[in-house]
Order: sequence, then structure tokens, then C-alpha cells
Amino acid sequence: MAQEAVTKPGLWGWINRRLPVDSFVRSQLLDYYAPKNFNFWYFFGSLAALLLVMQIVTGIFLTMFYKVGEATAFDSVEFIMREVNYGWLLRYLHSTGASAFFLVIYLHMFRGMMYGSYKAPRELLWLFGMVIYLALMAEAFLGYVLPWGNMSFWAATVIINLFGAIPVIGPGLVEWIRGDYGIADATLNRFFSLHVVAVPLLLLLLVALHLVALRQVGSNNPDGIEIKEKKNALGIPLDGIPFHPYYTVKDIFGVGVFLTLFAVVVFFVPTFSDLFLEKANFEPANPLSTPDPISPSWYFTPYYAILRSVPDKATGAVLMLIAVSAFFFLPWLDRSPVKSIRYRGWIFRTFFTLFIVSFLGLMYLGLQPAQGIYVTLSRVCCVPYFAFFLLMPFYSRIDPVKPVPERVTFHA
Amino acid sequence: MLKVAILMLAVAVLPPPALAAEGQPEQPAPVDWQDWHAGNSVTDLASLQRGARNFMNYCNGCHALKYVRYQRMADDLKIPTAVLESELVAPGHNNLDYISTALPSSDAVNWFGKVPPDLSLIARSKGTDYVYRFLKTFYVDAGTPTGSNNLAYPSAAMPAVLSDLSGVNEAVYRQVGNDKVFDHFAVSVPGSMSSQQFDQFVRDTVNFLDYVGEPAQVERRFMGIWVVLFLILLSWLALLLKNEYWKEVH
Amino acid sequence: MSDVGAIAGSQEIDESRRKFLTVATSATAAVGAALAAVPFVSSWEPSERARALGAPVVLDISKLETGQMITAVWRKQVIYIVGRAQPLVDKLSRNDGDLKDPKSDHSLQPAYAQNEMRSRRADVVVLIGICTHLGCLPKQFFDPGDAVLGPSWPGGFRCPCHGSRFDLAGRVFDGSPAPTNLSVPPYSFQDQHTLVIGLDSLSAKGAA
Repeated sequence: MAQEAVTKPGLWGWINRRLPVDSFVRSQLLDYYAPKNFNFWYFFGSLAALLLVMQIVTGIFLTMFYKVGEATAFDSVEFIMREVNYGWLLRYLHSTGASAFFLVIYLHMFRGMMYGSYKAPRELLWLFGMVIYLALMAEAFLGYVLPWGNMSFWAATVIINLFGAIPVIGPGLVEWIRGDYGIADATLNRFFSLHVVAVPLLLLLLVALHLVALRQVGSNNPDGIEIKEKKNALGIPLDGIPFHPYYTVKDIFGVGVFLTLFAVVVFFVPTFSDLFLEKANFEPANPLSTPDPISPSWYFTPYYAILRSVPDKATGAVLMLIAVSAFFFLPWLDRSPVKSIRYRGWIFRTFFTLFIVSFLGLMYLGLQPAQGIYVTLSRVCCVPYFAFFLLMPFYSRIDPVKPVPERVTFHA
Repeated sequence: MLKVAILMLAVAVLPPPALAAEGQPEQPAPVDWQDWHAGNSVTDLASLQRGARNFMNYCNGCHALKYVRYQRMADDLKIPTAVLESELVAPGHNNLDYISTALPSSDAVNWFGKVPPDLSLIARSKGTDYVYRFLKTFYVDAGTPTGSNNLAYPSAAMPAVLSDLSGVNEAVYRQVGNDKVFDHFAVSVPGSMSSQQFDQFVRDTVNFLDYVGEPAQVERRFMGIWVVLFLILLSWLALLLKNEYWKEVH
Repeated sequence: MSDVGAIAGSQEIDESRRKFLTVATSATAAVGAALAAVPFVSSWEPSERARALGAPVVLDISKLETGQMITAVWRKQVIYIVGRAQPLVDKLSRNDGDLKDPKSDHSLQPAYAQNEMRSRRADVVVLIGICTHLGCLPKQFFDPGDAVLGPSWPGGFRCPCHGSRFDLAGRVFDGSPAPTNLSVPPYSFQDQHTLVIGLDSLSAKGAA
């Protein structure tokens, strides 16, 4: 082993006697063994971290020029787009980053569901991830209001009004959140504070906890078997490889490809056909005119479609709540002895596939006007969506699983 | 076989649905105005310059471009300062001012019922196709306060300010079941421009409004090419490096 | 590395290729990072709005009398425009022995203002009215032999904060905490009565 850093002479030794820099880097990167069979689906965790940093940095710079307030917000965004040097780039990086963040997170969650990464001993890791997901949705919603375009205003109106569905305290709660009788300057100002300070700090804390929890139990892998169960004489997992250099080098490649695709969007299609920057938001907020059609950003639309599929306000809201919170219970709903979809039977695979199809279907339907065939199809899609969770305790137990391998299967 | 060939030749030779019906024989084709596209190119500087002139002469009387500075527009469109100052900058303004309109809001409300909207972002909020269709589908309608109406924006408060150029359009309908459906325009009073000239006029103006909506767009795309190429290079190097290390993993 | 988990020692490790690729990738990434920093750093430069607001200021000085000062603001800086009587201008060279920088070698001014009278014209001097010590605005004491400043006072400015004194060409006297003469902004005359602050000449587009 290399000489312990604490005994080294010079500045490096001085620092390491006072702060465990070297031992920390060693333990996290060089002596941390990750399964060798990570595939494509394992890029998205590091990409999510990259996006968090990117959103914070671009957000910090945007805050230098954005002027919060009913009278100034919209104009200040145009000031950034036209008169601040490279302001348009800062704005597009941040708006594209938000959508990219959700795409990456959905793929990251999909990986977790596919390979059973939420199962013991990783339940807490999954729960932290789910809370991060909720915080991210809040952060995106708050941020969307800030440009004070017409969609900003009406998205805020509709979503805050949802809280009115809560019995007894609902209407009072809505007014308390708004700070006024309608979405107004007070609302904008507090949303600015929450978006810029409060939720980012919360996100950083949650991500730190998420990483510590991961470090504690070690990563899952596409075969869903625990590599720590088979170690060599030195206590190193037989199917493990040091995170550095193998996964640092692999993740850098992943970052390169991601940034290339990201740049194509930022520089050539930043509005992404009305999905990342809606047309209606290029008009200032107008309390007298609701955009038609109206829908939230694409990453919210699955839940929006579920909400709209029920004609009753309260029931729709409750259903939507269950739809989001169902994910939290996965570690306990899933009674299968097997983690990875590779070794699950046809029953689980069917339910899972139908769930994914209905999730994507609901995402599409939530973007359409709330009428006719779109509402009917939303109701249809609700069935496999909820069935996946609600029936899981039963079908996961009777699902005919396959034998899991002794060692990981490696596909390079 | 021959019949089919003749038929196909006839179809190929027939003019496509005309953009404007005037000058056509007895049975003009139904006007597919909802499929019209602006088809503009913001890299066409000459078109943008004409569009700027059109805007100042025909639109600025009521509409402002409050996020655009005269000088910035001149710099981007390569309009010489002398031309900018003599032709485009409104009296009482200097080159660095934002482009406002001389129409007071109170008068606007009295005369039109609402303030003509600022047009800085119209191309982004409604799309260039919409603006193109809007400017080309004004027609006579005695039932409105302005005496005109618009297919793209029914009951528009804006009068047909370009009718001197385009001519006065009368809407001609056809019966479809129990309904009257718009078929085509007939020009009752010709304008000073031919249909081709007016079409070019509108395209240039829409092109200008497209530029105004996002002045940085040309720079954005240009920069994008280099950024993407650089990132492809970086990704390729990273792949080589990754493969080099992963060779030994089994 | 060959004793570790899944790493097989059977493959020869080409160290030099590995090193080359690591260096090549790192260097490219470093270049990318530097280029990526450019928009962020550049966004701090004055925006188009700041540059527009900092555009040259055009002033009519036909009403400016000798011994009178008018102030203007250009690029957030206070500008002093002073009418000077010719006899006082002629006497400026007498101050040279008492000045820190009589030839303005260490002070900031355009080339046309690096002369005895520190201006294009004798009858008008244009100075940035900010004391070169710590930024206060000097007050005018144009009359020679001022009661407060003593009988040998030739006329000029005195800064209220720490007592720096400047003559009618804005040059700093010995014994003042200020190190250099009052700076001169770029300016020009459109005609006899029109001063343009911020433009060296009519053909220039404006100060950078």
C-alpha cells in the first residue's frame, strides 16, 4: 500500500493530518468496489449529479440578472435573453437542464425498478431518491412561475388550487400559500426564495444522504445479486472493480455523449417543439386570459392526466397523490425473492411493461386537451398504472421466477 | 394506360391551390389558408431589412417593440447609421432607445377597444405561420366596428391596415351541407401591389418579427455547430480512454 | 491490479497508450471547461443596457461662464466642466513646482489633454470630478487667494474628505493624499458650444 498520506512531509501531509482528504478519496474511489456488469442504465446517476451542479451554476448566474416582482420579472427575462452577454445561453442551459434533469431521473428510476434496486437492503436509498424526486418536482414548479409568463401564472393558479381540495383547511391553505387572493406579487416573491435558496439546499442535503446510503450498502447490478456475498481472500468482491479508474472513465464518456445531445437541444431546438419552453409563456401573465390549451410541463403530465381522468376534484387529487406516493411503497409491495427483471417471470414482466406503457401514454395524454378520446384513454391507462402497484403483493409472490446466477453475467 | 397517363399529366400541369385567387379563371381552387407557412429565413439580411422598413412604415404607428433597441437592430441587420437615423428612428428618439409607438394607450382603447399588443415576442408566442396567415387573411365584413375581419383571428380589433397594398378582399363562401365554409377571396378593389409583391411584403415583415423575437438565434446556431463538434471529439477521446481501461475487465 | 476482483492480468497494459489517451482526454476536457467558462465570465461585462446608458453625453455649454462649473454624469461618473478665464490659464505653469505630477505622466487622460492646461481648449476644462485618493467629490474653490486656503491659493479644487487640493487644470498639489491628477474623460466638441463627453472624435463610435 502507498505510504499513508498523514505521514507524508510537506503541504499534503499537513492538510491530511487535519482533514481526511486522501483517505476519503481512497475509500470512495479507489477502495470502493462496484459491480463490473454495469450497463447503459447505470449512467444516469452520475448524469443526475452533473445536472444538479449545472442547474445550480446556471441558476446562480441567472439570479444575478433576474428581477423578481410582478412588474419586472418578465421584462428581466427578456433583458437576459437580449442584452446580457450570453444571457440567452444561460437561460437555455437552465430551461433545457430542467427537462434533461427529469429525463435522466425517470431513466434512473426506471433502472431502479427494473433491477429491483429498491429491495433490501436498499429501501432507505430508494426512499431518499423518492423524496429527491418530489423535491425536484417542487423545484421545477416553483422555477416555472418565475418568468411570470401567461403559462407561469396559470400553472401556479391551477396547481395551488389543487390544495383547495383538502377538506376543511383547503381554501384557507390556498390563500396562505398564495399570500393574496389570487396568484400575485407575494406568491412570486416567496416562490423565488424557495426556488433559489430553500429547495436547492434541501436537494443538496438529500443527495448527500442518498450517496451515503448508497455507499453503505453498495450498488445493485443488472443481475440483482449481491457481489459482497462472494469475496476473495483479501475481502474484495470477486465481481467488483474499483470505482476509479473504471467507472470514472466510463462516466466521463457518458457525460461526453450526454453533453453532445444536450448541446444539440440547447443550440438548435431549445423550445423542443413547445415542450421545453411553451409558446404561451412568451406572453406576459394575464389574469384575464387562460391559455388554450393549457397543460403543465411534460414531466408532470402523467400525474396531470390521472388527475383529469376523474370528473370529481377531490377524487382526482387523491388519485394523483396515490399515483405519486405509490413508488414509496415498492420495497414492501414487492414480495418476489428475485431482484432483477432478468430473472422474473412473465407475470411480473407483463405488469411492469403495461405500467411503463401506461406511464408514457399518460404522459402523452396529459399534454392533450382534456376532452373526448384523450380522457377515455387516460382512464384506460390508469388501470395498469395502479394495478402494477396495488396487485404487486400478490402477483410478485406467484410470479414464476428463474434461478439467479452465482456470479454476475458480464456484457462489457 | 394512355388515359391514366393523360390524367396524370393533366394533374401535374394544373396549378396548385393558389395563394390568392385573383387573376385565376372562373373556378378558383379552395384556399387552404390554414396550411400556409411563412417559410422565412432569418439569415436573409435583405429580407430582414425590408421587413424592418415595412414594420416602421406600417406597424409602428400602433405597435411597439419594447425590447428592441434601434441601434441593436441596425447592428444585427447591417443597416448603416445614416439610414437608421433618417428612415427608421422615430422623431424625438435616439438610436439607443427601445422602439416605442407614438399611439397613446388611452387613445388606442378609445379607438380600438384595446391597446395594440407589443410585437417583440409575437413570433415566439403565436408562431411565424400564424402571423403570416393573420396578415394575409383580412377581408371586408360590414358587421364589425372596423368594417373588416380576419380568418386567423376572428373579430380582430385591428383594422385591415394593409388593404392599400393587398387590395380589398371579399370573402367568398361555398355551401357544405347546412354550413357556409370559406372558399376563397375575391379582390374587389385592387391594391398597389401585385399578389406576389404583397406576399413578399408579408414574408419580409414576418421574417423581421421572427428575428425580433430572438435576435440571438443566428449566433446561437452558429456557435452550436462548433460546440457539438467539440463535444463529439471529446466523447470520442473519452471512449478510446474507456475502452483502453476496460480491455482488462472480464 | 491483477489480484483485484475481476481484473485479469493476462492482458498486457499498454502504459504509454493509456497515458497518452489520459492526457489527450484531460487536455481536451480542460480546453472545453475553459471555453465553457467564457459565457459565464462574459455575462458579467456591462450589458447592452449598461453600454447604452453609458453612451456619450451631449451638452450645450453656450451658457457656461468663466469661473462657473457645471456637472454632468457619464458612465456613472461625475464630470466637472469648468469655464476658465484666460489669465488664470496663463498662470497655471507657476504651480508646477508645487505639483506631484505637473506633466501628467502618471495620471489618466487622453493624449489631447496631456498638456499644461489638461484640456483641448483653454477656456473649458473637462475633468472627472472624483478625487483620485478614495473617490469623494472635490469642491470648487476657483477664486485665487481664498479666505480658507490662504493668499497664495491659485484657484482650483479641494476635496472635503481628506484635504487633497487640485489646481484649475485638475493637477494634484504636493501634500495631498491623492496620488495623481484628476482624470480626464474622452471628450470632443461637436461645435463651439456643443460638448460631447465619451467621444474622442466624431468619427469614433464612442469610448470602449
